[in-house]
Amino acid sequence: MTAAEPITEQEGRTIYRRPLLLSNPTTYCPGCGHGIVHRLLAEVLEELDLGAKTILVGSVGCSVFAYDFLALDSVESPHGRAAAVATGVKRYRPDKVVLTYQGDGDLAAIGTAEIVHAAARGERFTVIFVNNGIYGMTGGQMAPTTLAGQKTTSSPRGRDVQSQGYPLPVTEMLSLLPGVQYAARASVCDPGHVGKAKQAIKRAFEIQLEGKGFSIVEVLSTCPVGWGLTPSESMERLRDTVMTAYPVGTFVDRPRGIAPKLPQPGSPNRSITEGF
Amino acid sequence: MTVVDQPAGARPHLLASPSGTGEVDPPPDRVLMKGNEAIAEAAVAAGCDAYFGYPITPQAELLEWMARRMPEEGRVFVQAESELAAINMALGASAAGARVLVSSSSPGISLMAEAMSYMAGSRLPVVLVNVMRGGPGLGSIGAAQGDYLQATKGHGHGDYKVPVLAPSSISEAIDLVRDSFILAERYRTPVILLADGILGQAMEPVAPTFQRLEKSTPDWILEGAAGRPPRVLKSLHLQPEALEEHDLALQAVYERIAANEQRWAGEQLDDAEIVLVAYGTAARVARTAVERARAEGMPAGLFRPITLWPYPAQALRDAARGARAVLAVEMSAGQMVEDVRLALEGAVPVYHHGRMGGMVPSPDGVVDAMRQAWAMSQESGR
Ligand SMILES: Cc1ncc(C[n+]2csc(CCOP(=O)(O)OP(=O)(O)O)c2C)c(N)n1
Ligand code: SF4
Ligand SMILES: [Mg+2]
Repeated sequence: MTAAEPITEQEGRTIYRRPLLLSNPTTYCPGCGHGIVHRLLAEVLEELDLGAKTILVGSVGCSVFAYDFLALDSVESPHGRAAAVATGVKRYRPDKVVLTYQGDGDLAAIGTAEIVHAAARGERFTVIFVNNGIYGMTGGQMAPTTLAGQKTTSSPRGRDVQSQGYPLPVTEMLSLLPGVQYAARASVCDPGHVGKAKQAIKRAFEIQLEGKGFSIVEVLSTCPVGWGLTPSESMERLRDTVMTAYPVGTFVDRPRGIAPKLPQPGSPNRSITEGF
Repeated sequence: MTVVDQPAGARPHLLASPSGTGEVDPPPDRVLMKGNEAIAEAAVAAGCDAYFGYPITPQAELLEWMARRMPEEGRVFVQAESELAAINMALGASAAGARVLVSSSSPGISLMAEAMSYMAGSRLPVVLVNVMRGGPGLGSIGAAQGDYLQATKGHGHGDYKVPVLAPSSISEAIDLVRDSFILAERYRTPVILLADGILGQAMEPVAPTFQRLEKSTPDWILEGAAGRPPRVLKSLHLQPEALEEHDLALQAVYERIAANEQRWAGEQLDDAEIVLVAYGTAARVARTAVERARAEGMPAGLFRPITLWPYPAQALRDAARGARAVLAVEMSAGQMVEDVRLALEGAVPVYHHGRMGGMVPSPDGVVDAMRQAWAMSQESGR
């Protein structure tokens, strides 16, 4: 089609339709990745026609109001406890689709025990883990996921790994557990990656529908306010710096035969014992 | 009479209701049951849909009983990774409409305080059993009543209260499990069943007439927003005006509970000039002390609160009207005695006798304390 041929009304087609499950415009800061992830979630649930049987387990962080933006039955959890709350929901209603939506402070600091044990039990719900490397809601403090050297309001000279520890690669850690059927890391740094993030989210829900076990998608995201950057600088930092430290990809998709080649409990692993 | 297959090591006198019925048929007059197991079986019979727990003495048999019985009934049992997780699993199951039981003992109950506050704020029913042990800290595994203030004055943060029911025998515990579920669902609130290590561990003959409880489908549970607007269960109300309105609504519920749900029992109160006030295991000791005191010619009686919140204050005032002294007997440094004083508002002198750390008051110790209280009240009355 050339510029000389305008699109007639009959030929017009929908380029973008707001997903029905996105009930209200979000109130996140400009350039915040939470809004993108909400949209992906709404699109996936709509495409799979799951909206009417889904229960959202919220968390505490900037996404605490997710239930105001997503038209889903929702329950709030105390900070960090979403995976336990979701366990209770899904065990009682295995016929429903259950997801948690958690930030990195929520999931990887205060909620570490709950996420690890839900994964170890192979709970059949889906975790959307939005990692912006910071505590957005409380004013940009260091999170367990904050990169080495990164300045935050509680690591003003940059995260010193000697005293403040190393970034925690939670999704890789969880991918070792046999109960985890699907674990992937995605990013919202550019349209191409956003598309892949959507595919990962969709796959996670398909795994849940198959009733196989735990599924988690970590989405690397931005916090321009906490990072002290503009929205476009934040996307660049996400692509150039954060994604180098946290590689994206599928770590586990057991139904498709993708799983880390690591010792499983009970099976002796030669590569570890050899040489002693 | 059906005896359900026993786990390895189970004692043959233990009875369980046959699968699916929650009832023993025909019921024997009496069977010997351990308190923890009786509480668990009462919950199964009452139609508890989901149980979450974490091992801790002196409550572990309750979890073990549920580990066997809940799967037998096709219901949910999860041994959680902590009490934090257990109560939050309860929060989730309750939001989805389950009738939920959680149990623990003192240190584990402390860990549950945050989620209890969330559940109160989100109006989510749950029954939480606290088989109290000695504290503070790791304390001891002996029976104690040191969690009275925790249970009745808040537990977690914020302006909320939960009904607290205190059985003083295993038979009564069985009835109060069912009643706890009724209260939890009637008022959409957490309820605490406050027992202690002796009630949990002791065996008593009980009539195994566990009662079933009907269940409705409330209009607030989460099932997916099919053909209706989404439902949100939450405690967060960021605008102060909105939160105050929510808090006022909660307070209105507590007023209704306080007006309608006070329970107590009295023994030999008609002519009592010295009134003992005690609950739970302490009330058992107090009853013996009343008999001994009467044998000595001291006109004693026992007032036993069954709801610790709402505290049966008016009933206590009535019971103590003709008394010269009131003596609170507790397995604590003196916690319930504060409510006794609030109830009596100085009308009668109030004394306290307590043991701590897993020590239980002896009947003779209580009689001594009664004599002293009696003497002191005579002096102050002069
Ligand atoms: C028990 C408890 N501790 C601390 C807080 C305060 N708090 C609220 S959100 C938050 C961190 C959220 O960070 P994250 O999960 O990364 O979410 P983000 O805002 O970055 O999306 C903290 C510490 C709380 N609400 N509850
Ligand atoms: S503070 Fe950060 S995470 Fe929170 S809304 Fe703003 S940009 Fe997003
Ligand atoms: Mg964060």
